[in-house]
Amino acid sequence: MSLSEKEVQKRIEDLPLPQSIKRALEGELKGIEVSEEEFGEVAGLVVADYERSRVEPCEAVGVVAAQSIGEPGTQMTMRTFHYAGVAEINVTLGLPRLIEIVDARKIPSTPTMTIRLEREYALDRDIAREVAWSIESTNILHLGSIATDLAEMNVVIDLNEEALLLRKIAAEEVAERLAEGTKLSADQHGNQIIMTPPEPSYRDLLQLVEKIKTISLKGIEGIKRVVIRKEGDEYVLYTEGSALKDVIQFKGVDPTRTKTNNITEIGDVLGIEAARNAIINEATDTLREQGLSVDVRHIMLVADIMTCDGEVKQIGRHGVSGEKASVLARAAFEVTVNHILDAAVRGDVDDLRGVTENVIVGQPIQLGTGDVQLVAKR
Amino acid sequence: MTVPKRIGKISFGLISPQEFRRMSVVKIITADTYDDDGFPIEMGLMDPRLGVIDPGLRCRSCGGRPGECPGHFGHIDLIAPVIHVGFAKLIRKILRAICRDCSRLMLLENEKRMYLEQIETLVRLGQTTDDVVNKVFAEARKHKVCPYCGSPQQEIKFERPLAYVEEGHKLTPSDIRDRFEKIPDEDIKVMGMNPDTARPEWMLLTVLPVPPVTMRPSITLESGQRSEDDLTHKLVDIIRINQRFQENREAGAPQLIIEDLWELLQYHITTFLDNTVSGVPPARHRSGRPLKTLSQRLKGKEGRFRGSLSGKRVNFSARTVISPDPNLSINEVGVPLEIAMELSVPLVVNGRNIEVMRDFVRRGADKHPGVNYVTRADGRRVKITDRNAEEVADQIEPGWRVDRQLMDGDIVLFNRQPSLHRMSIMSHRVIVMPYKTFRLNPAVCPPYNADFDGDEMNLHVPQTEEARAEAEILMRVQENILSPRFGGPIIGGIHDYVTGNFLLTHADRRINRLEVMEVLKKLPHLELPEPKGFDEGGEPYWTGKQIFSLILPKGLNLEFKASFCMNCDACKREACENDAYVVIRDGQIRCGTIDASAVGAFKGKITDRVIKEYGPTVGAGFVDGMTQMAIRGIMLAGFSFGIDDEDIPKDAEDQIEDVLNAARENVSKLIEAYQAGELEPLPGRTLDETLEMRIMQTLGKARDNAGSIAGRYLGLDNSGVVMAVSGARGSMLNLTQMAACVGQQSVRGERIRRGYDGRTLPHFRRGDLGAEAHGFVQSSYKEGLNPTEFFFHAIGGREGLVDTAIRTSQSGYLQRRLINALQDLEVQYDGTVKETRGIIVQFNYGEDGVDASKRDYASPENVHRIVQRVLGRAGR
Repeated sequence: MSLSEKEVQKRIEDLPLPQSIKRALEGELKGIEVSEEEFGEVAGLVVADYERSRVEPCEAVGVVAAQSIGEPGTQMTMRTFHYAGVAEINVTLGLPRLIEIVDARKIPSTPTMTIRLEREYALDRDIAREVAWSIESTNILHLGSIATDLAEMNVVIDLNEEALLLRKIAAEEVAERLAEGTKLSADQHGNQIIMTPPEPSYRDLLQLVEKIKTISLKGIEGIKRVVIRKEGDEYVLYTEGSALKDVIQFKGVDPTRTKTNNITEIGDVLGIEAARNAIINEATDTLREQGLSVDVRHIMLVADIMTCDGEVKQIGRHGVSGEKASVLARAAFEVTVNHILDAAVRGDVDDLRGVTENVIVGQPIQLGTGDVQLVAKR
Repeated sequence: MTVPKRIGKISFGLISPQEFRRMSVVKIITADTYDDDGFPIEMGLMDPRLGVIDPGLRCRSCGGRPGECPGHFGHIDLIAPVIHVGFAKLIRKILRAICRDCSRLMLLENEKRMYLEQIETLVRLGQTTDDVVNKVFAEARKHKVCPYCGSPQQEIKFERPLAYVEEGHKLTPSDIRDRFEKIPDEDIKVMGMNPDTARPEWMLLTVLPVPPVTMRPSITLESGQRSEDDLTHKLVDIIRINQRFQENREAGAPQLIIEDLWELLQYHITTFLDNTVSGVPPARHRSGRPLKTLSQRLKGKEGRFRGSLSGKRVNFSARTVISPDPNLSINEVGVPLEIAMELSVPLVVNGRNIEVMRDFVRRGADKHPGVNYVTRADGRRVKITDRNAEEVADQIEPGWRVDRQLMDGDIVLFNRQPSLHRMSIMSHRVIVMPYKTFRLNPAVCPPYNADFDGDEMNLHVPQTEEARAEAEILMRVQENILSPRFGGPIIGGIHDYVTGNFLLTHADRRINRLEVMEVLKKLPHLELPEPKGFDEGGEPYWTGKQIFSLILPKGLNLEFKASFCMNCDACKREACENDAYVVIRDGQIRCGTIDASAVGAFKGKITDRVIKEYGPTVGAGFVDGMTQMAIRGIMLAGFSFGIDDEDIPKDAEDQIEDVLNAARENVSKLIEAYQAGELEPLPGRTLDETLEMRIMQTLGKARDNAGSIAGRYLGLDNSGVVMAVSGARGSMLNLTQMAACVGQQSVRGERIRRGYDGRTLPHFRRGDLGAEAHGFVQSSYKEGLNPTEFFFHAIGGREGLVDTAIRTSQSGYLQRRLINALQDLEVQYDGTVKETRGIIVQFNYGEDGVDASKRDYASPENVHRIVQRVLGRAGR
């Protein structure tokens, strides 16, 4: 007598197993006739093997995780720049990137975004290109040339008709933006814009030119370049520079599949859980790119301790290590003297529960076999 | 046995002047140390009550001898209060926050209550109070008039390094102390301080504790001259100035002189506490070397905390050079006899082992395995010599402790620095051997990251039963074959082990009876299978696959692609003509070759499966058998690599020449196109970058082509190819570079561009963009490099060296930070991960509670295997 598919599913749900194994078991048993006894035997074996794979209590998982991430660090390359995925955009990889992730830097050294588009925008190159241009921050050099007229002491901007059309911006608009940005008047005649500095000095003139070059005329400030690449059947945008909050509100952008490598930004825009996942993904990708396999559980633990009290904290003096309960542990890490002085003033008490503290006072550490409080009765 | 005492907690605080006096054994008044006869002067800095360092003397406070007496503090009464540098910033904050008349914290009552509540909550939650406390100080400072007594406040300026100026007058430490004394206890709490352990006025010193002589011992030089410690020098200065200050004050010296002396006293005490305060010139030794004072002793890598307290030196350890010995099992270590006779294992004598112990003792200390010391029941230790061995052996009774020399079978910890992961310290069984190096099986090199180019390793002997049990159960090599990093085997065949197995098992190698015996002679008794067939002479022969199958456990089923699989478009599986698809059924190799992906370190699939299905002991046995077999296997024919293995035929050389010439041609065409402005830039790249990329591409392809031409003439009869293909050592790229063409040298991923004005070397024209001018090495290593090529090659090589040097320091710091941040995390009995404060970091470790090194038992593949096993048995 075999069990119906529904029954099998229900029984699987009741097993004390994590989701991933339940799904695997479900997949294995799909479409196969299983009898009551057979299911019992399979379930028994699967549960027994799962029990066997569980971490033992008191295991020092923190140290193991730290070693598992730190040890491959010695095998990673130092090459800061590498061309990943897209040949046109530089991304920090290897050890420097890993350090950047655990440092919880506010801005990574090479911020980039991967923007995926909604279905109707993603399939056509021209439509994708249009989205790209509206996202990319456009400055005057994209649209034409800029020159200084020393006789008249003014700046002459010649706009390129074609570029204007391509980027869908009118000369009037350009003039308006320039006037706004410089707080000066911009005389626009056809495709020529003339601007005059307030004082007719050579220095002011050159400064004005520089100022004009930095003004963002269209698109999102901070996104310096957008590159389109075909992946599978859809076009994906890669950017240099990152502005998640603005980009996900853009028409045509699929906010659910768009990401940035700036973890702090993800934390600010999408919340701490998203930041945790971003740390896991970024660290895994960095390690995988170097051909090193590290179990996710170790990376998860690092991500969790960085994010467990609601904000992204650095692994180090200004974050996790600096906020430890134990004075001795902090003093033994970095800035020894200050920690002791502050502890004295506050009247801190060290409970000697961590590893370093107990090593310092010369006692067994309260971890692993040292954490078992059983004493044999004689 | 009594339960050992445990230090429960340590509380920190400031010490009050009264406390300083109470703990002091002597008031120091003279700056002199020793009198003319070399005896310490009473009430001087070396007063015998402060403890003893000279052998033969006893401490006048506790009666202890040097080494027993921990030392005792004395004190100096300062004539006027002095600021403690460490608290200079805090003193400034408090001065600004309290009223200059009534000394109350200038916040309204309700504000105080609110902040106090916040601080108490944070303390209860184990979080830092810094933010709230800073807010308190910032808010209090805003008041220009005291809300309690109504007196107007003055701006207090802080002048580096240690002066507080109010209305143009310098506040003396006495003034500050007077103000601080009046601060009520409740207000101190709001400032984040605990009035019981730290009153603000204690931050101004009126009594200076004099550290015991034991922490500032003087050294006697060979000349008989005494050389005092830096701290003693500093204390001498303090006492001298303190005395002069007192004399001047009593004599009614002018205010100006008093102030100068006060400042000088402040300077000496400041540098006594910290000699690196910015703005204060560091106190120097006569020779000009800055003194190492209190702060400097604590700080940094070699400081008290990191150097002496977190890292301790141990006894019962040894260190020497390591060398390989393939005849050892992976869980053994060869220990030189000399070391074995120095190290010892403590054994307690009881009724059952007393006779054995007598024998050990009788042997003395000079005959291995003897005894170095015997500890009697009353704790007296006796050194065993030839003379007393016999006598002590007769005296021994149960309860005595015998320090037996290290002998075969003892369990020891073996370690190689840097200890980057837990497999850097594993326990091995001792095999005592002649000569002077530690011996280990080369298969355990990967976890230690050891090689034999002069590496040294450390060995520790556990001294208690608990330590030995833990070493044996948790730290044995076989328990650590699976790395917790990725759940795979980290121990396995390297170099010749892989080559040996490859040669033995590749294709249908025939092995006659004699050779079979040779291969198997080091293995435990095995049943020889039926011979595969008989050769022309009627002699039986076996295949290498049959022989290798002997060490596989029965019932092992496995299928995988070998390391030298060509990754054909359609895998022919069993029918693979390269013999690169391994199929094992019931512990018999059906087809395929054993190479790095079967038994290699980090990737051995067979090792992995055997351990996971049959446990670590069988796994270790497999690795041992595999290494023994491989070593004999490779010796059947011998294996070597020499310069003539890089020889390729003349027409291959010509072909390579043609390919490289064509590449050079292409490069010049690209340059011409570039100069003519006909080159089309790649999207998002400038023209120059495009040209560089295209040239790099062309030259890279040329090198690859040259390599494949050379590869065509180098087959599996070439030992270099065997090593590269089996994953034992080296790669086809290495062979290409040796036999065909070294290729482009690069710096930061670009061709070499730096050098002279417009060119890399004077051998080229300015602006030459060609291949040779920018580091393309056309020669092979065998041919030899021409001078310019040699130079470019050195440039490329140097980059690699610099890279490694920087990487080690960076990744070392990363590792230290990670360990420090995560070391206190532990899985609780309920499956959560908590840190020391009790904060839950993960509710279920790794979201599924699975140990990374045992993750295979909880994988979809395992579920598949189980389902197959259960349902497959029923004939479905």
